Order: sequence, then C-alpha cells, then structure tokens
Amino acid sequence: MLEIAIKGSKNYWLWIVFLLLVMGAGFAVYIDQFMNGLMITGMSRDVSWGFYIANFTFLVGVAAGGVMVVIPYYLHNYEKFHRITILGEFLAIAALIMCLLFIIVDLGQPTRMLNVLLYPTPNSMLFYDMLVLNGYLFLNIVIGWKVLEAERNQVEPPLWTKPLIYLSVPFAIGIHTVTAYLYCGLPGRGYWLTAILAPRFLASAFAAGPAFLIILCYIIKKFTKFDPGWEAMQTLAKIVCWAIIANLFFFLCEVFVVYYSNIPSHKTHLQYLLFGYHGYHALVPWMWSGLIMMFTGAFLLVVPQFRNNKTLLPFTCALIFFGAWIDKGLGMISGGFVPSPLHHVTEYTPTGPEIMITLAVYATGFLVLTILYKLATQVKEEVRG
Amino acid sequence: MMEKSRRSFLRVAGIAAIGLGVSPAMNFASSDSNGAAVAVKGKNEQALIAKRWGMVIDTSKLNKEINEKMIEACHKAHNVPDFNHEVDKGKYPKTRPVNHKQEIKWIWEEHFPYAFPDKEDEFLAEKFHDLPFLVTCNHCKNAPCVQACPTKATFKREDGIVIMDFHRCIGCRFCMAACPYGSRSFNFRDPRPFIAETNPDFPTRSKGVVEKCNLCAERLSKGELPHCVEASEGAIVVGDLENPESEVRVILKEQYAIRRNEALGTEPSVYYIM
Repeated sequence: MLEIAIKGSKNYWLWIVFLLLVMGAGFAVYIDQFMNGLMITGMSRDVSWGFYIANFTFLVGVAAGGVMVVIPYYLHNYEKFHRITILGEFLAIAALIMCLLFIIVDLGQPTRMLNVLLYPTPNSMLFYDMLVLNGYLFLNIVIGWKVLEAERNQVEPPLWTKPLIYLSVPFAIGIHTVTAYLYCGLPGRGYWLTAILAPRFLASAFAAGPAFLIILCYIIKKFTKFDPGWEAMQTLAKIVCWAIIANLFFFLCEVFVVYYSNIPSHKTHLQYLLFGYHGYHALVPWMWSGLIMMFTGAFLLVVPQFRNNKTLLPFTCALIFFGAWIDKGLGMISGGFVPSPLHHVTEYTPTGPEIMITLAVYATGFLVLTILYKLATQVKEEVRG
Repeated sequence: MMEKSRRSFLRVAGIAAIGLGVSPAMNFASSDSNGAAVAVKGKNEQALIAKRWGMVIDTSKLNKEINEKMIEACHKAHNVPDFNHEVDKGKYPKTRPVNHKQEIKWIWEEHFPYAFPDKEDEFLAEKFHDLPFLVTCNHCKNAPCVQACPTKATFKREDGIVIMDFHRCIGCRFCMAACPYGSRSFNFRDPRPFIAETNPDFPTRSKGVVEKCNLCAERLSKGELPHCVEASEGAIVVGDLENPESEVRVILKEQYAIRRNEALGTEPSVYYIM
C-alpha cells in the first residue's frame, strides 16, 4: 500500500519538502542540544519540565481523542463514521509518534532511554505510561493498516482485528489517564494534586482530538476527491461541543475548590495563571486567551445555527484546539511548577532552539499524518471509483 | 586443582560467616560506648552504619559564616559546579554563558518562609524570619522521588539514605517534579568547567543527569562524618533515628524540632530545632 505515498501532485511534494526542511532545521538544533545539554532550553531548576512535556501532554490527548470516532462506529455501529474512523486511528498514530519524540527530546541522557526497559520499575507512573503509549500506538498501526488493506481489497477485515479494536478503547482512555497520573500523584504540587485531573485531561482530549479531525476533514475535502461526509462532521462537532463543556465545567470545579477552600499551596498556582503572583504574570494573557477561546468555541457549538454553518465550523474548531493547547500545554505544566514548592517564583519561557525542536517534532508528526492520510484517501477514492 | 580451590573457597566463606556472626555483637558494644552521632560500626570495620540515618539541625547555631563553610565543604568535596566560577578559557574554550536558574546545589541557605512555606505567618518572630536556614535532601522515609524514578537510578538504601546512580539516570526529571522540597538539581550542561578544583575521590557528573545530597555515604563508609556536620561547629548532628540511644534521638526527646512540610507524609529525616 505504501507505494501510494510516492505518487502525488506537485502540491503534495511541496508540502512534503517543506516538512522535511522544518525537520532538518529542528534536527540541527537538536544536535546542539544533544551535544551541549538542555541548557539551550528555558527550563530551570524550579521549572524542570517545559514546552516539550507540555506538548507531549497535549498530544496524548489528541491521540486519545481518536477513540471518539472508534466508539460510535465499532461499539454503536454508527454508520456515518465508517468513512472517518480510519482518519481518527491514523491521527492517533501521528500524535503518538510526536508524543514519543517529545519524551526523547526532553531526556537529559537519551542514549540511556532503554534503561526504562532494562530496569522496569512498576512503582513509577512513567513505566505504565511507556506501556500504554506504545501499546496504543501498536494497536492503532495494526488496526488501521489491516482495516484499510481490507477496504482496498474489498473484503471484510480479518476477524482477529475485532478484539484488538475493542482493546484499543480502554487503551485510549488509559493513555490519558496514566499521563494525568504522572502529575496528580505528586505530593508537593498543589495545582496537579487533584482527582479531577484525569477526567479533565480526557474531556479536553475528546474536544481537541475531534476538533482537529474536523479541520482535517475540511483539508481532505479541499485537496482530495474523498468526501468525509458533512453529517459525520456534524456529529463530531456535537462530540467536541459536549467534551469542551465538560472540560470547562471541570475547570470551574477546580477554580471553586481552590478559591473557596483557600488553601495556599493549591491556590497560588491558579492565582499565578489567572491574575499573576507577586508581580509575575507571564502566563496571564495566555491563560485568558485560552479560556476565552474555549468558552467562545463552546458557545458557537451549542447554538445550532453556528454549529451548522459550514464556513464557521473550522474556525470554531481551531479556537477550541488552540484553547485546549494553551490550557493543557503551557498552563498545566508551567502552572504546576510556579510557584515552586518553596514558594519561589521562577517564570518559564521557551527559548528559540526549544521552539525549533518542537516545530520539528510537529513536522515529523505531520509528515506521518500526511502519508497515512494520503493512503487512506487514495484507497477510499479507488474503492469508490 | 579444582579440589583445592573449592576447599579454599569454603574456608574463606567460613571465615566470612564467622565475621558476620560476630559483627552484631561488636555493633552493640560500639553503640553502647560511643553513644550516638557515631552510630555503629558495620561489616566494613570503619564504616558508620545506622538503621535509618537522620539529621538534626540546631537552628540557633546557624549563621551566615557557618552556613557558608558547610556549603563550601559539601560542594567542594562533591564536585558541585559553581556557576559564578571563572571558567578556564584555555581548558574550556567554547563555554557558553550560564543561566543561573539552572544552577546545582546540594545544600543551601533558605529563609524560614521558603523553607517552611506551610508555616506562613505574618506575625512570625523576626529572628526566625531572617534566620538563614539550611536546607538539603530530607532523605524521606517515604521518598516521592524514589517512587517516581522509572529506572531505579534514585533508590533508598537499607540505612535510609536516598541516593543516586548517576550512570543509570536518563535525565527525565520526574524525580524533580516529585520532590516537594526542591532538593534536586539537573545538569542542564556539562558541570566540569565550573568546578574550581576537582576532588578525585568523588565522581564528577556528566550533563543530563540529576543529582542531590547523598548524606556523604562515601564518608560514612569510611567511618567519617558528613562534610556539613564536620564544618558545622556543632550545629548539625547525624545519627540513627531508629536507635533510641543515639545522639539524634536524645536531642529529639528533649527539644522541640520540626520537619519541612510534614503534612505530606513523606517523613523527612532532617529535623530542625527551633
């Protein structure tokens, strides 16, 4: 099937070359990081995780969001999703590859990475995160490939894919739950130390993932002959709507608990993010932009006239996608570290090299996504034609 | 040949077994006569051993000068880089400017409101407010860093010391997120250009690994007290928290001591006499 990927239009190749250039530039910067260490980043003793881990966390959500098309189609036989299920699974693959790359670029000693396997440590949440992330990646590759191949040959997918598909559902929930457990099990970090963290992660994941999928559907419709179907996109929009509302609700629950209980070790983080703390407020404009984006997005999806507006929908989805990115990426990670457990305030801003490496990881993900989507759309066109 | 080597092995093993049998009795004797700070002698003739090492810091004896002496003794002996150190341009020509937020420290000064943020009090006595507390790794009984480490590079020894294998650490910094005391530092860069005088008896670190206080495990095994204790002029005492006769326990029986953020249940092994 892969041969499809090497036959494409001029635009296809221009896009591929562009991604390769970004990857190359980022890789050159990464060599510098590899040689000289994470000193090239804006991270510090107090803010020991930054942009890499923030994007990792967000993308685990995008990957988990793929399950929002898998559940209706495979568990409830929702036929309208037949054409886009593969898109959800392939999006998960690309997102997971980015997640793994973000972990690798964040390691101080990447060459020792396999120590996690050589000395398996079941009391560390990172151990489980490695298991579920790789498991979910493996499942999606096998399922996506086999189902697409069967579609191309116009036969039923092999029977053994069914149990794997069912298994992928708890795995999708699992990747984001375990990722939340990385943070919410740490005793000294008040912002993360909340049982709502995993549910909140899942809610924002089920908003951001499908929102991105809708945008991708628009792009596919514009650049290929494959039509994902307006009704499927409408259903996706409803899923995004309720998920983003759930996310905002969970966030407001958090705000209530933190401010009403008034416990400093929990409150100071939110205070820093929303209003600034002791004169430090680097993230305040970001946080409010994120919140406004998510609230506006939720409003535009609740009202049917706006949700059904074909021109407006991709912009609404973009609002939600970027709003969730700020909320979960920058805000969640930096917010957890500022102020430090000793109540020192060390602010964090990613450096240029850090952003370049991040862009290169995204470019790698988009390259994988482009190739996989090219396969999927071409096969679907072939079958129809 | 085979027979002979087997016999000699058995003989050695036998002697070793006798040695092991005898040592507890010797431990008992030494702990009795020596009392406390010098806990008990172990298998290694000179080594100081304890069931659970702990530290008591008498805050009334701390002042800027003594603190600095202790910090310097510790950091010098453990090859902890000093980012204020003038880099030898001949030896390290391409050293880039430092970011002081990425500094490394094993033991350092911290004012009361920062060392004990949970004991925030606007009417705190001025003498406490301005007192330069010393903070370091608490060698927690329930150490969150040990729980978080995905490779067992950070682990807890049987004697309670939380220690690191710098060669196994992958630099994921999960332990730094887990530590509620900010006791851990990450080598964001090669530390060697910033070590004024390398101590050949202790490893230097490479970039990309985490490090922290090891309670001078390398000294305890030679029968010596930690550097900070030695330089402290009596402000710091170490000993066995599990031994009611030890000096630390005797002090704790008589004086009111607090630990940092006790509410978290980490059970720090470092006590502060107020």
